[in-house]
Amino acid sequence: MISRGERLANYAILVLFAVIAIFPVLLILSTALSNDQIGGGGSFHFENFADAWDQGQFGSYMRTSVIVAILVVGLSTLISVLAGYAFGTMSFRGSEVIFYLILLGIMVPAEALVVALYFDLREIGLTNTLVAIVMPQVAQSTAFGTFWMRAYFRTSSREVVEAARLDGAGHWRTLWQVLVPMGRPAVTTMVVLVFMWTWNEFLIPLIMATSENLRTAPLGLAFFQGQYTSGTALLAAGATLVALPVVVVYLFLQRHFIRGMVEGAVK
Amino acid sequence: MTSAQQVATPVATAGTPRRRGRPGEPRRVAYLYILPAVLVFALFILYPLIRTAQFSLYEWNGLGASTWVGLSNYQAVFTEPQLRGAFVHALVLIVFYAVIPVTLGLLLAATMSRAVLRGLGFFRVVLFLPQVIPMVVVAIAWRQIYEPQGPLNDVLRFVGLDSLARPWLGDYTWALPSVGIVGTWVGTGLCLVLFLAGMARIPRELYEAARLDGAGPLREFFSITLPSVRGELAVALTLTVIAALKTFDLVYVMTSGGPGTETTVPSYQVYNNAFLLGRVGTATALAIVLTAVVFAMTVVINRVGERGQR
Repeated sequence: MISRGERLANYAILVLFAVIAIFPVLLILSTALSNDQIGGGGSFHFENFADAWDQGQFGSYMRTSVIVAILVVGLSTLISVLAGYAFGTMSFRGSEVIFYLILLGIMVPAEALVVALYFDLREIGLTNTLVAIVMPQVAQSTAFGTFWMRAYFRTSSREVVEAARLDGAGHWRTLWQVLVPMGRPAVTTMVVLVFMWTWNEFLIPLIMATSENLRTAPLGLAFFQGQYTSGTALLAAGATLVALPVVVVYLFLQRHFIRGMVEGAVK
Repeated sequence: MTSAQQVATPVATAGTPRRRGRPGEPRRVAYLYILPAVLVFALFILYPLIRTAQFSLYEWNGLGASTWVGLSNYQAVFTEPQLRGAFVHALVLIVFYAVIPVTLGLLLAATMSRAVLRGLGFFRVVLFLPQVIPMVVVAIAWRQIYEPQGPLNDVLRFVGLDSLARPWLGDYTWALPSVGIVGTWVGTGLCLVLFLAGMARIPRELYEAARLDGAGPLREFFSITLPSVRGELAVALTLTVIAALKTFDLVYVMTSGGPGTETTVPSYQVYNNAFLLGRVGTATALAIVLTAVVFAMTVVINRVGERGQR
């Protein structure tokens, strides 16, 4: 048991840290709703979001980000489930070596890939395409996803796999009709983590997207900041739009985020 | 974490009985399942990594012909003050990104886990929030805080410390710590949440037994709490140290490495050298050194984290 005083002090510390954690977020929100023009009336200026969407071209940036996120999350999830299944439930020559080679991919920082990748892709005319933005991220997410799914498939009980097999299910059906449905929580965690990493990625799109129409949301925001130093409200409105999808997903699926970061993230 | 324990188990050879948790008999079809992963890995990680190593041995401006220069790009990384400086800055950032958040997180979590607190779920969600916000947005929010007329200087003037108020990101002495504080803001919540989770698993009886033996709070912390969260400690350190070493977006948006080169970091220099200065060889050599540092740090931290868990 602890004293009342200590308990109060603990809550005070927690509240203090919570306030510090949320202050910059509230600052951006309140700036986004503030009035940029001198002499304008009213208190909440929701039109800033519409203006940012049109003038700041955030509509276009968000569209690119959504497409990139769907492609990266979709492709890397599919590839990781397939590879994780093989590594987790089958034994084959070279499996350990290949697995640890792929695992190393988690640790290789993007900095060590993008420069060479940019010049090689430029050579074959692929820079400034979705392929150049999406595929390096698919590769990095697949490295993590394979590790993550293998861990799940290894723990999935042997009995379940054997029962499915006795029922006449092949390996393909065992995977999609038994193991994947059972492993929904593991798959969800992987999907939300990969979504967050993809949505927030900056370096890869910065280097690979040389034209404006392929800029992702964080990239568009950075350039917007560079161009319009005066429009603080519009900039904040843009920042809010860019952060919104990932914050909303987080608030709904926070358990998966935190669990994923605690258990698997070596990235 | 689990990975290293798995390395230790030898590859199953023919004739050895199958281990538990390995339901599969030998299957050729496995190669088809791993084919897409291997392909993507080979094309977009392995090959570019090899090419990076190769590029780092040449002098090239990205357009014309390239010249073989051996290891002189690496020599530049270690001798050119601006490049070496970037690594020194990264070390400073490790203090702000990793050392302070981990220490703070440990102390706070230890204080708080002495009793069950209500509403921890709510606090966990709020404290973890900085982790999920895109760095570019974080950078913009903090730039606003550091403005000459921003909230930080307002507070300083309000409490009468006018002399301390300054344009933080334009100050030669304070720019790097100002960037570092943002890392502290991002990482502290993560560490606190990790450690609270770890400490919640420690059986209460351990503490009661220790108290009966006459252990004080300090003794309790060092002989029960700290060893019990070794795993979480390793995870927290790995995540925060790597985040410090890979800082890019924060510097790119907040300071572009300035004032002067006071806030440059290795990944910023990779970008700067490759795409702004036309020194592709130097940039790739830097990238290779950075990768080596990330690898070494990860291995060391996890070695230390696993010791005593056995």
